[in-house]
Amino acid sequence: MIKFQINGRDVSVDADPDTPLLWAIRDEVGLTGTKFGCGIGMCGACTVHVGGRATRSCITPLSDVAGTSVTTIEGLDEQSNHPVQEAWRNLRVPQCGYCQSGQIMQAAALLQDIPDPTDDDIDAVMTGNLCRCMTYPRIRQAVREAATAMTGAQDNG
Amino acid sequence: MGNKLLSRLTNSAKPVDLSRRGFLVSMTAAGVAFGFPRASLAAMDPAAADGIPVAPTGETFEPSLWYWIDSEGKVNVNIIRAEMGQHVGTAIARILADELEVAWENVNITHVDTAEKWGLMVTGGSWSVWQSWPVYRQAGAAGRVALIEAAAEKWGVDPSTCTAREGTITDGTNSITYAELVSDGLTRSFTEDELKALPLKPHSELRLVGKDVTALDIGTKTNGQAIYGLDAKIDGMVYGVPLLPPTRLGSSVTSVDDSAAKDVKGYLQTLTLNDPSGTVPGWVVVLGETLMAAKWASQAISVEWDAGETAGVSEADINARSRELIGDASAGAILHTETPDTTSAFDGAANVIEAEYTTQTVLHFQLEPVNATAFQNQDGIWEIHTGNQWQSLILPTLSSALDTPADKIVMRTYMLGGGFGRRLNGDYTVPAALASKAIGGKPVKLVFFREDDAQFDSPRSPSVQKLRMAFDVNQQVVGMEHHAAAGWPTGVVVPSFMPKGVNGEPYDPFAIDGADHWYSVGAHQVRAISNDLANQTFRPGWLRSVGPGWTNFAVESFMDEAAHQIKTDPLEFRLQHLKAQGYNAGSAPNAVGGASRQANVLQKVAEMSGYGSTDLPADTAIGIATTFGQSRSMPTWTAGAVKLHIDRKTGEIDVQKMWLAFDCGTVVDPDSARAQCEGAALWGLSMALYEGTLIKDGNVADRNLGTYTPLRMIDTPDMEIAFVDSTEVPVGLGEPGTTVIAPAIANAIYSAVGVRMRQLPIRPDDILSAING
Repeated sequence: MIKFQINGRDVSVDADPDTPLLWAIRDEVGLTGTKFGCGIGMCGACTVHVGGRATRSCITPLSDVAGTSVTTIEGLDEQSNHPVQEAWRNLRVPQCGYCQSGQIMQAAALLQDIPDPTDDDIDAVMTGNLCRCMTYPRIRQAVREAATAMTGAQDNG
Repeated sequence: MGNKLLSRLTNSAKPVDLSRRGFLVSMTAAGVAFGFPRASLAAMDPAAADGIPVAPTGETFEPSLWYWIDSEGKVNVNIIRAEMGQHVGTAIARILADELEVAWENVNITHVDTAEKWGLMVTGGSWSVWQSWPVYRQAGAAGRVALIEAAAEKWGVDPSTCTAREGTITDGTNSITYAELVSDGLTRSFTEDELKALPLKPHSELRLVGKDVTALDIGTKTNGQAIYGLDAKIDGMVYGVPLLPPTRLGSSVTSVDDSAAKDVKGYLQTLTLNDPSGTVPGWVVVLGETLMAAKWASQAISVEWDAGETAGVSEADINARSRELIGDASAGAILHTETPDTTSAFDGAANVIEAEYTTQTVLHFQLEPVNATAFQNQDGIWEIHTGNQWQSLILPTLSSALDTPADKIVMRTYMLGGGFGRRLNGDYTVPAALASKAIGGKPVKLVFFREDDAQFDSPRSPSVQKLRMAFDVNQQVVGMEHHAAAGWPTGVVVPSFMPKGVNGEPYDPFAIDGADHWYSVGAHQVRAISNDLANQTFRPGWLRSVGPGWTNFAVESFMDEAAHQIKTDPLEFRLQHLKAQGYNAGSAPNAVGGASRQANVLQKVAEMSGYGSTDLPADTAIGIATTFGQSRSMPTWTAGAVKLHIDRKTGEIDVQKMWLAFDCGTVVDPDSARAQCEGAALWGLSMALYEGTLIKDGNVADRNLGTYTPLRMIDTPDMEIAFVDSTEVPVGLGEPGTTVIAPAIANAIYSAVGVRMRQLPIRPDDILSAING
């Protein structure tokens, strides 16, 4: 039985400790917003936050998250109104949408680490997330917009 | 962790100390997994968090099977197309809502399950908007006319005095809503002839078509609520993973030993599939209580196969076969061009140029690996839960595989985590159905891990093309030949779709479209050749833009080569030959204006890009290309320009900017149109420079991102995209952007550093060796 927090709630999952966190989240906890793409940590579709850090859940064993706090796309913001999500909707980033949970979680982590990223920062971090619909131009722009919204909010606050 | 990961990746068996089937405690109800109860509908409303379509309130009026209006004025539009990123339901619903004259806020969409009443269900070819335009306009107009007639009758006035706007009808004195009229009861129906005679609104009266909108499927794709095939969940389901035979066809299982898997907790059993449809010969499926139990067990199971004949086939073998067939003048089908006999043109030529172009195998690598969940429900109906692009194609195959009438099988509809043509071939549903049948109809969720998805892909076939052009003594073009050999998707999967050439031979239009271009070149022979070795080795797939992805690389590279040959500017040369005359004059309704519209977008992109500017830095150039999108029967006039710099020391290609111009007729949903063009162009870039695999030992060599390297953000250039204002028939936009990028790049490379690249993908090493001669 492995205990951790997911989106602010305590959960205990009785699964093999080697089970990738991804499948524990999807099939045991039942939150399917986190996606499976490559299984080797190279597409980013499975990105969640573990202890606030962007983490590839497909290569993270369940045992590694015992006692930690995990956030998935479903828990990024209660109303789905995180500035990154708002920017994603404003710019109509998603096409098929399959990679976008991972993109959004990666972008949210990026902006936590680097509140005012340069274009090179955005490219360097977000290039780890594959998008087969090739929504890259809009992702890039949406990260910039979210950064502006978030730093503006801080300035005003 | 590292070692465990490594052992996972190196395919070694899972240790045997697994705990029993996991279960969850202390979760609130909100965390309970989404699941369709067995008998519920899975038809999808992508705007709804639970995917469940809107239900009507009170009376409904259904002027056609495409929609209903209820007593509250809500409208539900039925969509038979798969949603895989095009926002297709939004575009189609707006076409209907515009004619119907309802407020957009009251419009919902439902992506329907398979049923015979919907007719042909296919989403591909960039056809959806083009094919839906006349049908959904008529359907919308039918509702508007019926409602106006009902109102007029109520008021005793002439219907021509009434107008409808936003779901309300007025005659200047009276006013009534659609909701009220529907509540009163309406049953008006229309015959096919009546539908065709309905008055459609002129373009100047369109209120939704062409106007900005946020697509209905965007919201749920930003919060994890959109539901894809992989998210399907059925009560009591078990998980399956495949063990793939050494060849796509012709392998058979000789032995299965699962003794080492018995200790894997959660392992259930191993099935050797018996497939009467012949779709997945030699397949083994491993079942587990959890996905990882099945996966870990599969790594401990030994299967021996008798391999099929293609176990040693390489890409070089396939290309050698293409060259052999091209060399055999009797091979293949000759298309119905204006003057397909080129003998005298070439015999009498003063000068002939010739070039060979090759393109490598390409994977779809749609981000959601193929998967399907299958079971027999309480009513005896087989339910297939999956994302799919061509339900009408795979249902008969499923019927044969399950030995069950097709009307006892239903495919439930989900969002597609990328299509790009992969899910036109629904072959991945067959092993799921067979596995379920083998265990008495219990639900089986068959998941392909990425490596299995890639190996089982229907990849874009490698191609070899030989082009020739004949000039007279005045350096005028008098003849052209295009001989193209590749595996044929339509030939292997649905041969009944193939038309016949002038020599009576059938051909796969999707594998040759593009070669039958709109340039006037005198005698013009286009020969399409099916590579039998490719067809035996793998299932050639339709991959975003299909044939036009390779034919136009050849045509548009060759047009540049021809221009340089006679020392004419490539832009000028193309414009000289894009004349709307004779065979290239164009025709109503789809190709009004013919070659003149292609010339127009080419000129537009030349202006946008500053093509021809003489002050570019060293080893930097702009290349151009133009195509007609997917086919002569539905031309999307397309032009592209790419600016790049070549590092002569490393061969590195720095793509700095791309410009595209499209004339697609009426633009229905401007932002989604732009998104499709962005994505298509970047697919073109990816296949030009970054992605490609090789057939090796009968399979694709690259099966995951360690070695397969599609375009990522860091290599994505700025783009500028323009659409020509038009009121012509709306044609497709999903693929055309793909077709111009590779040739524009090859042409830019030639202008920048003087080397001609005739193979895709173009890698820095290839450029370096070309430069170094």
